[in-house]
Amino acid sequence: MKTKHKVMGVVAATATAAALTLGVIQKEAESQGAKTIKIDGSSTVFPITEAVAEEFQKQKKGSVRVTVGISGTGGGFEKFCSSNPSLRTDISNASRPIKKEEIEACKKSGVEFIELPVAYDALTVVVNKNNKAINSITVEELKTIWSKESQQKGIKRWNQVNPKWPNAEFKLYGPGLDSGTYDYFKEAILGKNNDIRSDFTPSEDDNVLVQGVARDPNGMGYFGFAYYEENTDKLKALAIVNPETKKPVMPSAQNVLNGSYKPLSRPLYIYVNKASANKPEVKEFVNFYLRNAAKLSKQVGYVPLPADDYKKAEARFQKGEVGRIPLRAGL
Amino acid sequence: MTNWSIEELRENIKRRQIVSQIFAILGLLLIFFALFTLLALTVKMFIDGLPRLSWKFFFSFPSRKPEEAGIFAAWVGTAVVMMMTAVFAIPIGVASGIYLEEYGKKGWLAALIEVNISNLAGVPSIIYGLLALGLFVQDWNLGESILTAGLTLSLLILPVIVVATREAIRAIPNSLREAAYALGASKWQVIWDHLLPYSLGSILTGIIVALSRAIGETAPLITIGALTFIAFLPDPPFTSQFPYISFAWLKSPFTVMPIQMFNWVSRPQAAFQANAAAAGAVLVVMTLLMNGLAIYLRYRLRKGLKW
Repeated sequence: MKTKHKVMGVVAATATAAALTLGVIQKEAESQGAKTIKIDGSSTVFPITEAVAEEFQKQKKGSVRVTVGISGTGGGFEKFCSSNPSLRTDISNASRPIKKEEIEACKKSGVEFIELPVAYDALTVVVNKNNKAINSITVEELKTIWSKESQQKGIKRWNQVNPKWPNAEFKLYGPGLDSGTYDYFKEAILGKNNDIRSDFTPSEDDNVLVQGVARDPNGMGYFGFAYYEENTDKLKALAIVNPETKKPVMPSAQNVLNGSYKPLSRPLYIYVNKASANKPEVKEFVNFYLRNAAKLSKQVGYVPLPADDYKKAEARFQKGEVGRIPLRAGL
Repeated sequence: MTNWSIEELRENIKRRQIVSQIFAILGLLLIFFALFTLLALTVKMFIDGLPRLSWKFFFSFPSRKPEEAGIFAAWVGTAVVMMMTAVFAIPIGVASGIYLEEYGKKGWLAALIEVNISNLAGVPSIIYGLLALGLFVQDWNLGESILTAGLTLSLLILPVIVVATREAIRAIPNSLREAAYALGASKWQVIWDHLLPYSLGSILTGIIVALSRAIGETAPLITIGALTFIAFLPDPPFTSQFPYISFAWLKSPFTVMPIQMFNWVSRPQAAFQANAAAAGAVLVVMTLLMNGLAIYLRYRLRKGLKW
């Protein structure tokens, strides 16, 4: 029975250790001095923040720790503005500007924030590679395809939207209703008082949307430019007819920067807690972010802002200007 | 009652036997189908992930460059969280099992507890995550930490361990208990010196099956705020200053293997998919190793036990 007793002894020892641990931990936690910057929020902005955090930690050689989570834009703001200070993040990633309710929540818990745009993403509308009939699309046509109204009217074939298009049923693939990407698409294409149709295939994983459109000759979907860029062999991006110039514009870094890819180029933001911004490590990280965002956002498939905007953002951060104020028109 | 002739009876039996055989074949086919699908998926994952498996992959932190990214933070996180889970779940689970089987009186209270335990085993894991978010993270202020994760997962697997312990103890013949009592052993001596050692093999199997479930859990950990990008390890448990032992690692933020996999799967670059497959392969091997350990322990502990 000796070995058995040993095993039982181990069980008893671990139990004691657990009890001891619980007693000591509360004291220990406070004395730990490692500086940690907590970031959470949008999964769209995640790759940029991850790249910045990676480089920053390499530069600081581990003296500052950065953690990045993906709770989504809304989930990120929930933590950012939480009434429980121990849950609050220092920085929140967002793929859309902060909403009124979220500003209210922040105010209630006394959180002031500095809004800083960090890059552009071009929402890309794609169809199957073999779809030769469709090359460009207007905002009106997109609205007709995706709105709830047309679902109720029974619109489900290409030629019902545009008589030049084929007589076949389209199949739609789009991000789920909780994503910031959907929020932006809804506002830019469908308008405030319009709903999206219910008979499309939703997924939070953009690769599922890519696969769906790639396999379905009548598929159509929309997602961030990075996912199109990696799958140009399977997908065809549509040019979007600019509502002002009436000219079709392909999604590309250049067209986003010169402002002609409208209305589907969206700015991405980080929101910095004003109180955290006074901490030297957070100040250093944000400055590092703004100085390297151009290079790093490009590497992970996004479009950098014009250099001037990063300077303005740095100036805003230096001044500590709080609130939801566009850095310039369109941001 | 009926006046069947011998021929009719034979005919009847033959028919039933054919039906029985068809069912056996059908069952076998279904098993093979399921096994084949599982095997094909696993093999595909290993083939996709194998080229990425190297020492560097195990000892690198996540990165935006797929070829530099690794699972260091993820596997350390998984190992530490599993250790915490075991520390909390095993003593409580085994003790509860012993109490319910040996001490608890049969009555409405026992029946109530019994119903609750079997129901708890079937509660979706996300519910435990929500409970943990409210209780551990927000009320107890334990933070989004390894400690919280360990407590959450131990709640999740506690019912499994309790049930396994009870089954194991129940399987010991009553004559053994009676023999021990007849020699003048106290109740505690019977439990500690006889029942527990004899049932240890089965209890360990139950524990490891439960831990194998916990190792793949993502939902409750995401709910309590496990991270996606983390490029450092928990604080070391030993320090150079008095008292030389530090428990700060318990409060550390963490990530685990399934979360790292999930993040890589949803990346646009195809190279990250290979990383995800490699991480999946590692996770499968980790689970298989745990199960292998369970089989070995059961074999060792049951050797020489006979009744």
